[in-house]
Amino acid sequence: MIPVCPTSALPPGEATRVAADVTGDVAIAVFNVDGEFYAIDDTCTHQDASLADGWLEGCTVECPLHASCFDLRTGEPSGPPAKTPVRTHAVSVLDGVVHVSVARAEEGAA
Amino acid sequence: MTATVAVVGASLAGLSAARAVRARSFDGHVVVIGDEPHAPYDRPPLSKDLLAGTSTLEDVALGTAADEALDLEWRLGTAAVGLDAATRSVRLADGSEVRADGVVLATGARARHLPGTGGLAGVHVLRTLDDALALRADLLAGRSLVVIGAGFIGAEVASTARGLGLEVTVVEALPVPLAGPLGPEMGAVCAGLHADHGTRLLTGTGVARLVGSPRVEAVELADGRRLPADVVVVGIGAVPNVEWLAGSGVALDDGVVTDARGATTVPGIVAVGDCASTWSAEAGRALRSEHWTAALEQPVTAVATLLGEDPAAPAPVPYFWSEQYGSRIQFAGSRRDGDVVRVLEGDPAERSFLAVYERDGRPVAVLGMDQPRLFTRWRRQLRAAEPAVP
Repeated sequence: MIPVCPTSALPPGEATRVAADVTGDVAIAVFNVDGEFYAIDDTCTHQDASLADGWLEGCTVECPLHASCFDLRTGEPSGPPAKTPVRTHAVSVLDGVVHVSVARAEEGAA
Repeated sequence: MTATVAVVGASLAGLSAARAVRARSFDGHVVVIGDEPHAPYDRPPLSKDLLAGTSTLEDVALGTAADEALDLEWRLGTAAVGLDAATRSVRLADGSEVRADGVVLATGARARHLPGTGGLAGVHVLRTLDDALALRADLLAGRSLVVIGAGFIGAEVASTARGLGLEVTVVEALPVPLAGPLGPEMGAVCAGLHADHGTRLLTGTGVARLVGSPRVEAVELADGRRLPADVVVVGIGAVPNVEWLAGSGVALDDGVVTDARGATTVPGIVAVGDCASTWSAEAGRALRSEHWTAALEQPVTAVATLLGEDPAAPAPVPYFWSEQYGSRIQFAGSRRDGDVVRVLEGDPAERSFLAVYERDGRPVAVLGMDQPRLFTRWRRQLRAAEPAVP
């Protein structure tokens, strides 16, 4: 598990990015949606852009560049230009700190 | 009898319309008509990654596995040539006819050509996948490129061609490129990217003629200068594909005239995307928004209108982006002459900044260069501030 930040540093509607050093140079985006935390791969599957910089609306994040939308719960894209899902990762809160368990390569969005 | 919806146009707007029809649980027949032989594909990469060779045909395909469940009848490679509005019948180039209960007009636009350059080898426009592949082949074989028109397409092609190692000159008739969409101040900033990356930009200069036969050899400017060119790209705007609707009863005025919810002047017929001149309350006039996000978003509203359901509010804040020389340019909102531009973050000279356009002290548009996070926040703020359409 990777510690991300204290829950107080990630209020509702906000997102942050964390390096997933377990799998190399992959970054993970962590979101707070009305008190629920979600984690997905940070890089849009369409083109190199950070989803943590994106537009959060409900359980959907819109890529900051080309408006691909991904469901934070499943990683599935809901519209073009992205066609490939992002991986999702389990999030837990331990002692007030948000942690992410990085999915293995074959896991994630089903 | 089963109801039929005909979607005329098989690019992003047409595909989005077909998806929206099924998303509204329409269980009748859906026919999608397209003049190009290709299944729907994404056009923004045509001047960028596809032209550069860093993305593939598969990458730019818009369709997904989920689309197969939509049960669409595709009539590709067959242009629509006429519409009988009273019976909502679409006549196709192969002589057949598609009769529908509802029609979505999404025939897009085509690149404007420079008069008198037809048939000259080495002269290109860029609108379709076939255009992009032909241009790429010529760029790989050429050493010098002249781009006529410093709008977004021209600038992106210039950027990609520089990346491929060509010598590039961009010729623009206006004194400042991109002054229309971005205003003179920010247009000049974005145009500065050309010089940063070794592209020559000549402004305030018309083109007199193209020299060479059967292949282009040079571009002759109105002031007599002659620019040698192995390849020429003409990027001087687009013309809506609406001639086929002449006499149909659907009102035309630089595109198909629609209200804010996509309704044309004929019941049962809506129009979306680049071919639609859609009423904008914010702009106070009809706008033909030739941008990707409009082609994605307008059909959701227009299809609800068509099916007689409560349309979602039209997406209120126009958004477009461009990528040139590795810089990401993003713009949202509606700019007018006289708006005051303030740089709130970064520095235009550093090619990383965020600028807000203000009118009567109120932000109306935002421009970002390599500031995606901040830009997204401003774009959201503009959307929140937008008054609802009555």
